[in-house]
Amino acid sequence: MYPKQECIAMLLAGGQGSRLYALTKKIAKPAVPFGGKYRIIDYPLSNCVNSGIDTVGVLTQYQPLVLNDYLGNGQPWDLDTMYGGVHALPPYQGTHGADWYKGTANAIYQNIPFIERYNPDYVVILSGDHIYKMDYSEMLAYHKAHKAACTIAAYQVPMEEASRFGILNCNEDATIYEFDEKPKVPKSNNASMGIYVFSWDKLRKYLEMDEANPDSSNDFGKDVLPAMLNAGEKMVAWKFEGYWKDVGTIDSLWEANMDLLDPRDPLNMSDPSWRIYTRNPVMPPHFLGRNAVCQNSLITEGCVVNGELEFAILFEGVTVETGAKITDSIIMPGAKIMEGAVVQYAIVAEDAVIGPGAVVGERPEDVENKDDWGIAVIGGGIKVGANAVVKAKAMVEEDVPEVTK
Amino acid sequence: MRGNNVVGIIFSNMHDDALREVTSIRTFGSVPFGGRYRTIDFPLSNMVNSGVNKVGVITKSNYQSLMDHLGSGKAWDLSRKREGLFILPPFGNGNSMYNNRIEALDGISNFLQNCQEEYVILADCDMICNLDFKKVLDAHLDNNADITVVYHHSEMPKALTEAVVLELNGQGKVTDLVAGINKDGKCDWGMGIYVMKKDFLQKVISEAIGRNRNNFVRDILQRGVLENKIYGYKFDGYVSAIDSVQSYFRANMDLMSMDVLKDLFNAMRPIYTKVRDEMPAKYGLGSVVKNSIIADGCVIEGEVENCVLFRGVRVGKGAKISNCIIMQDTVIGDNTALDYIISDKDVVFSDGKSLIGADSYPMYVTKGSVV
Repeated sequence: MYPKQECIAMLLAGGQGSRLYALTKKIAKPAVPFGGKYRIIDYPLSNCVNSGIDTVGVLTQYQPLVLNDYLGNGQPWDLDTMYGGVHALPPYQGTHGADWYKGTANAIYQNIPFIERYNPDYVVILSGDHIYKMDYSEMLAYHKAHKAACTIAAYQVPMEEASRFGILNCNEDATIYEFDEKPKVPKSNNASMGIYVFSWDKLRKYLEMDEANPDSSNDFGKDVLPAMLNAGEKMVAWKFEGYWKDVGTIDSLWEANMDLLDPRDPLNMSDPSWRIYTRNPVMPPHFLGRNAVCQNSLITEGCVVNGELEFAILFEGVTVETGAKITDSIIMPGAKIMEGAVVQYAIVAEDAVIGPGAVVGERPEDVENKDDWGIAVIGGGIKVGANAVVKAKAMVEEDVPEVTK
Repeated sequence: MRGNNVVGIIFSNMHDDALREVTSIRTFGSVPFGGRYRTIDFPLSNMVNSGVNKVGVITKSNYQSLMDHLGSGKAWDLSRKREGLFILPPFGNGNSMYNNRIEALDGISNFLQNCQEEYVILADCDMICNLDFKKVLDAHLDNNADITVVYHHSEMPKALTEAVVLELNGQGKVTDLVAGINKDGKCDWGMGIYVMKKDFLQKVISEAIGRNRNNFVRDILQRGVLENKIYGYKFDGYVSAIDSVQSYFRANMDLMSMDVLKDLFNAMRPIYTKVRDEMPAKYGLGSVVKNSIIADGCVIEGEVENCVLFRGVRVGKGAKISNCIIMQDTVIGDNTALDYIISDKDVVFSDGKSLIGADSYPMYVTKGSVV
């Protein structure tokens, strides 16, 4: 018997994140490193803990090994509690057979028994691909005050970008009257953030209805929410103000990282009242050598830097040798940038090695056709040989041979 | 594993006088070191990495910061159901405050009595090194020794409080043990780290107490040379003995050598410490940082050279700091200049100030001061 929890969170972490290509070849999107020492999932998990939610189910499916290891018993987020805590919930086999998670709604449906044992009044549904700090308890209070069946967090996007988002059209009292998925002519700029608070009795009812519908794609956005709206359930939008970024693409992941180097620091991760927790590496502080030049960068433990950095984000255990130059780039854990190599507008994934004199990525001003420009990505463990050249927008998933001068 | 048969004993307050100012508010073991550590992290991690899963930490005074640092022992994997970390404050068996190592060990006689482990490692917090105790224990067993003393062959640290110089025969057996002198030139000096059978330790301690002998070196080691089998174990790795403010300063500055960094923070035998969940260090526009050790949570907008910055230190615009050790959360204002300063935690150097110590005498600024 588990003590009753008023509110628990379910975190959708099973997606492949195919638009991150090489970065999610071996790991699920929520496990992708972010911000110098974090992984994407640290943000929703830390938000949960900071909002007073200490029971979190993490729905895993795609490449769960790293993610499962990373979650462990939840101790880094203070989620190693006696009754709640963090629970990895993979698809499973039952007496009626086995199913992969067919969609986001089906993933929650298959875990109704998990949710029921806490007998919650409310369930928060989160996704594992957003960078933001949010107090879910405020959203929950809003949900209760409006006596809603479902509350959806809404972010004001610039009107000209609104057609890229799922738009919530609302009445003056914040009740939603229409979902407008990627509208050509948006009526408002309230974009759905994919963060939902449900009253559990309502959610359960609609999940069961959705499951019984053979035509459904079992997706929250496409199926469950419209069904609730059509049935006349009260759905409200809760406006979120603050930094929020979807990091589902290479470009947005890179941008969100670079946002951390903005002197105004819109995310402010050093706020002691809203820490972002993470599994800390066991490494010594970083060392900047005599030849190091370092400006506008984030560096964490275990790095040894003798090269030049500008607008660089180095994760733990990165080595930058003398004469190497890194600008506008993200270097993930354990990667090594050797002597004289140049890395610009690039993401170098975990344990990759950039050989001496190699050049990875290009500056936008150096590319004639702007459509050919983009962030270059070096996959995990890839070796780029000495003096090799990797073009802008390249997605390197195999070793690049050395070039003899 | 053999390590499970060993209990580690760490003396956290020994040598407090060597760093009198820094230890006025803490134990020697909780003196900040190397940007994110406390000195006790070294013996403690060394024990854990050698398979020891039971460690008693003997305290005497000022041990709040130590207890705060150690917590449940989780960071060292010592928060466990079986064995784990034991903090052993004074007055353990109703006697008075201890004055020396022998009385300290007598004070934990109940703890020792209840240990099932066969062997014991004794270590202080003044030796900054990455030492594999498994090898020491192996040597101890091979030699069938009563006591194994870990020693280093190098120039002897000048101000060690319990200095011993070993004379060894070809088999590594200690034939003479000279105490209290500081030899010039290279010699085999004891690192204050001992391995012996727990029963043996209990026996010699109770004998010493019974006869009112209270000097560990004289009454146990030197007497042991005559009566028991004492062997030396030569440690070849990097070691920095902290016996004065000067050597503390040097030991921190040593970390700027790659060889020392690699030896001390061997990835196979990591040094653990309490985590603080700080964000990575942030370098602003105009920051110039060279030859420095920087921890997470620092925000640097000025110039830093030859410094160790602990977690959460802020260096303002136009500030110039060189040859400094700056402990946690200290704020250095804009256009402030510091040279050869050891700043304790939470110090505020207001804008435009200038403070200069000397190479041979780094100036110490106490915790929480406002300059």
